[in-house]
Amino acid sequence: MPKDTGIGASTRRREDVRFLKGKGEYTDDISARDLAHAVFARSTMAHGRIVSIDTSAAEAMPGVLAVFTGEDFVEVGGNPAGWLINSRDGTPMKEPKRPVLAHGKVRHVGDAYAAVIAETKQQAMDAVEAIEAEIEELPAIIDVKAALSGDTFVHDEIETNQCFDWGWIEDNRAATDAAIKGAAHVTTLELVNNRLVPNAMEPRSSIGAYKESGDEYTLHTTSQNPHLTRLLISAFVMGIPENKLTVIAPDVGGGFGSKIYHYGEEALVLAAAKRTGRTVKWTADRTEAFLTDAHGRDHVTKIELATDADGKFLAFRTETYANVGAYLSNFATATPTFLHGTLMAGNYTVPNVYVNVKAVFTNTAPVDAYRGAGRPEATYSLERVIDKCARELGMDPIELRRKNFVKPDMYPYASAAGLEYDSGNYDALMDQMLKVCDRDGFEARRKDSEARGMLRGFGVNAYIEACGIAPSNLVGQLGSRVGLYDAATVRVNATGNLSVMVGAHSHGQGHETVFPQVVGEMLGIDPQSIDIVHGDTSKIPFGMGTYGSRSLAVCGSAVVRATEKIINKAKKIAAHMMEASDSDIEFKDGQFTVAGTDKSVSFGEVALKAYIPHNFPLEDIEPGLEETAFYDPANFTYPSGAYCCEVEVDPETGKVRVDRFAAVDDFGNVMNPMIVTGQVHGGLGQGIGQALLEGCKYDEDGQLLSASYMDYTMPRADDLPFFTVDHSQGTACTHNPLGVKGCGEAGAIGSPPTIVNAVIDALQSGGKNVTHIDMPLTPHAVWTAMTNA
Amino acid sequence: MYAFDIERPTTIADAVAALKADEAQPLSGGQTLIPTLKARLAAPSKLISLSGISDMIGLSDEGGALRIGGATKHDTVAKEAGATHPGLAGLAARIGDPAVRHRGTIGGSIANNDPAACYPSAALAHGATIVTDRRDIAADDFFTGLFDTALEDGEIVTAVRFPRPEASNYQKFEQPASRFAMVGVFVAKFADGVRVAVTGAGEDGVFRWTEAETALSSSFTPGAVEGLSVSADGLISDLHGSAAYRAHLIKVMTKRAVAAAE
Ligand SMILES: Cc1cc2nc3c(=O)[nH]c(=O)nc-3n(C[C@H](O)[C@H](O)[C@H](O)COP(=O)(O)OP(=O)(O)OC[C@H]3O[C@@H](n4cnc5c(N)ncnc54)[C@H](O)[C@@H]3O)c2cc1C
Repeated sequence: MPKDTGIGASTRRREDVRFLKGKGEYTDDISARDLAHAVFARSTMAHGRIVSIDTSAAEAMPGVLAVFTGEDFVEVGGNPAGWLINSRDGTPMKEPKRPVLAHGKVRHVGDAYAAVIAETKQQAMDAVEAIEAEIEELPAIIDVKAALSGDTFVHDEIETNQCFDWGWIEDNRAATDAAIKGAAHVTTLELVNNRLVPNAMEPRSSIGAYKESGDEYTLHTTSQNPHLTRLLISAFVMGIPENKLTVIAPDVGGGFGSKIYHYGEEALVLAAAKRTGRTVKWTADRTEAFLTDAHGRDHVTKIELATDADGKFLAFRTETYANVGAYLSNFATATPTFLHGTLMAGNYTVPNVYVNVKAVFTNTAPVDAYRGAGRPEATYSLERVIDKCARELGMDPIELRRKNFVKPDMYPYASAAGLEYDSGNYDALMDQMLKVCDRDGFEARRKDSEARGMLRGFGVNAYIEACGIAPSNLVGQLGSRVGLYDAATVRVNATGNLSVMVGAHSHGQGHETVFPQVVGEMLGIDPQSIDIVHGDTSKIPFGMGTYGSRSLAVCGSAVVRATEKIINKAKKIAAHMMEASDSDIEFKDGQFTVAGTDKSVSFGEVALKAYIPHNFPLEDIEPGLEETAFYDPANFTYPSGAYCCEVEVDPETGKVRVDRFAAVDDFGNVMNPMIVTGQVHGGLGQGIGQALLEGCKYDEDGQLLSASYMDYTMPRADDLPFFTVDHSQGTACTHNPLGVKGCGEAGAIGSPPTIVNAVIDALQSGGKNVTHIDMPLTPHAVWTAMTNA
Repeated sequence: MYAFDIERPTTIADAVAALKADEAQPLSGGQTLIPTLKARLAAPSKLISLSGISDMIGLSDEGGALRIGGATKHDTVAKEAGATHPGLAGLAARIGDPAVRHRGTIGGSIANNDPAACYPSAALAHGATIVTDRRDIAADDFFTGLFDTALEDGEIVTAVRFPRPEASNYQKFEQPASRFAMVGVFVAKFADGVRVAVTGAGEDGVFRWTEAETALSSSFTPGAVEGLSVSADGLISDLHGSAAYRAHLIKVMTKRAVAAAE
């Protein structure tokens, strides 16, 4: 019998009641009596030198309260990179200043160089048109390889456009080179991991308010991590003391990484609020979202896989050019390095791995972590080259993978790329995948497709990822400038219901439902009597927010620890109430019992006692029942999975249809299977989008060609098949209290190579000698590959 | 958006009179015009809404031909044209999404003449007549180039008259993002011959593939166009497909339209 509350129950998402009724409260829904509006003047050229900006006409326009340019922010700091990467030669990465408003130069289309604050948005838009900016156009640098050899520099002081040249693990380089040189077989693949635009449903929005009495600021903003945003604004950008700045991220309509980062617009509305004495709102339109949200992926990679004659893996070696765009977004340097290079051993016992990543500045929007962040890039490179290798060796792609899998008795397993995998069972995942996907029926389905003139292909993939980001000690050694713990405060109210204040932020994940399931189970009480408080720095403890599939593994662990503290204290109170010794108290199903007796008090009675401490041993126990815990994980969590799909390719047009898709994931213990399934569905949608549909394209002048939904293809429901999602093969995470692994990004990590492998299989079955097509596999791309084969 | 005034006339004559105002522009379903205004790419001083003019709404028989009022919504055409004009109804049913089909109109689509729009191919393939407030214009003379038509300033498409084909079909190969036509081919068979119109592909907008018309007029089978090839000259190359790809698709979609014609 599935449970209907508590851990493991598919409890319906309580937050959906307000979302589905249109009652969510998003930043742009929030107003104020003294509201004014900010609109930005944005560069229409990719690269230019600012000669002059004349704002006098704009300032004289009706309703205009203030006009800002880069000059207004020369005294304040820049938006920093959160992770220091050192190059192979030991030199630190190049960190150009990222100002609130462009100063000196504009560096990508959409780069804001001025802002108008006016009574109405219309008036602000009109005034922006009246700003006279003389900007001398410079040649644009778009292509990552050309950027390294040309004589145009995104930042004048960085005369290579190179941010860093990173080797991982540098000490493995010689051994990897030697293994490849001496190998019986080497498969080489050059590929592009396509650039993506995040496209959260809710565009970014920020509201700044300032109170002169007390010199206090409030920022409402679309953030995945309000405390991190506050820290960045306080410590690096504006210098506002943290205790004078409240950051509130209310309901947020999707982030996918793009709302982790602090953006200049947030600083601008705060500065504007102070200068104008008004509450100042800015909400991006969709074009601004396309031009200025941090984009994802954008790697150009060459990967080599060396094997012995039997297909045993000897080495992976990659060389990657990672486009970081015009400025370093907060995690831009971590994404192509430690979230990517460390995964380049995959699920395999390969002894040698060497990864080289060159990060390059270009005149494009900043690129940063986007659902999966580095791990989709790693998985795609590995699983594509393995598929190609299987074809070259004439081996079954599943058998080749199995031959090299880390086996269940090898954990903890130190991978050749520097991580210690704690648990997993990749063969069991593969077995289950073969069971649920009806592999045996494939040949008949292929015949049926052929009878209709279609080519059917089967694609498979095995992935591992590292998430639940992250152990602070480890990431500190690796260059992180922040810690990556999280925090929770569990407050038991006098009447026995609970408020749980968490550092994680829910913008679609379902924390409001799942965290109460965990606490309710631990306390033996109805989860409906527990509420989650998140998103407001004045209410929640200092946590690092939600990204990297970390909410349950890290913040959920803090919730568990805080709840354990509650139980411990409650036991003491119960012992006092029943005149027993602490050590004799047992707690089960919400009842405290004196062991071996029928004496008991309920959790509610203890809660009441804590707040009405009459006849209370105040010398031994403080009144109240509220506990905080910070949790810093000992390791990443390592979800893994076996995915497969079948596609049909129309050989006349190149159009690909995904017919079926099976995702078998190991997420450890699952708290709410329905929510986990939903997370996988969303991830698969995004991964299939990357594989078949989504291509962010700049032309050589740096104009974004795919700047609207007319040209950027978002996945729609009819692009996707029904998914078979299975998480029956979980192996518990060994180091967090719930035994959970992150599930938020898996679908987006595992699906792109699955799709591409299937399309290649389909084309090969139709006698087309196509070994690779770069994503997205649009009809035109597939047709071109077939035509050229 | 810039500020504008709006008028809602109920007769064609009032609309034409209202359009004489400086920088006035007709507004029909608004599915093209409103996004253009939102992006501040147009600044009409006054919009003249056509959606309250009952003479411009609905389908009727006119001497065996189908007359569709210029302000008739795509959804109405999809539901009501099928008995006599199955290709046309099928085309309308696949424009955009339900919201677009319940707002967008045939007159707006024809007057806009987007090179990727569907309706212009139907008009051209049927040899339709575009009826305006002041004259009749043959489809062959109406579509004069990219977003360009034979309409004069202030002239309104009040109806489109479609002769009844013996068989017809529209095959749309969607541009993946917009789902407008990357290549749309409308095939219509009449007693005196077959007409084939292609949208989405031409640098000058919709055009007729006359070679295919000749071949299909003597044999209305997919095989009839097998030996033909379309030149990529003058075809659109963009993010979504090269001119060569579009040329290839024109033939594929033509064959499919012939096979599916009813
Ligand atoms: C999401 C989306 C998807 C779409 N998909 C498709 C598709 O797949 N295929 C397709 O063909 N179209 C598609 N469209 C366009 C849609 O069909 C529009 O409705 C159509 O192009 C314009 O018609 P309208 O009535 O909305 O005209 P409006 O937007 O009101 O007007 C368009 C232009 O025509 C002028 N105009 C309007 N009516 C008249 C008239 N009677 N006489 C003279 N001038 C007039 C206006 O002044 C304006 O310049 C799509 C639109 C959207 C928003």
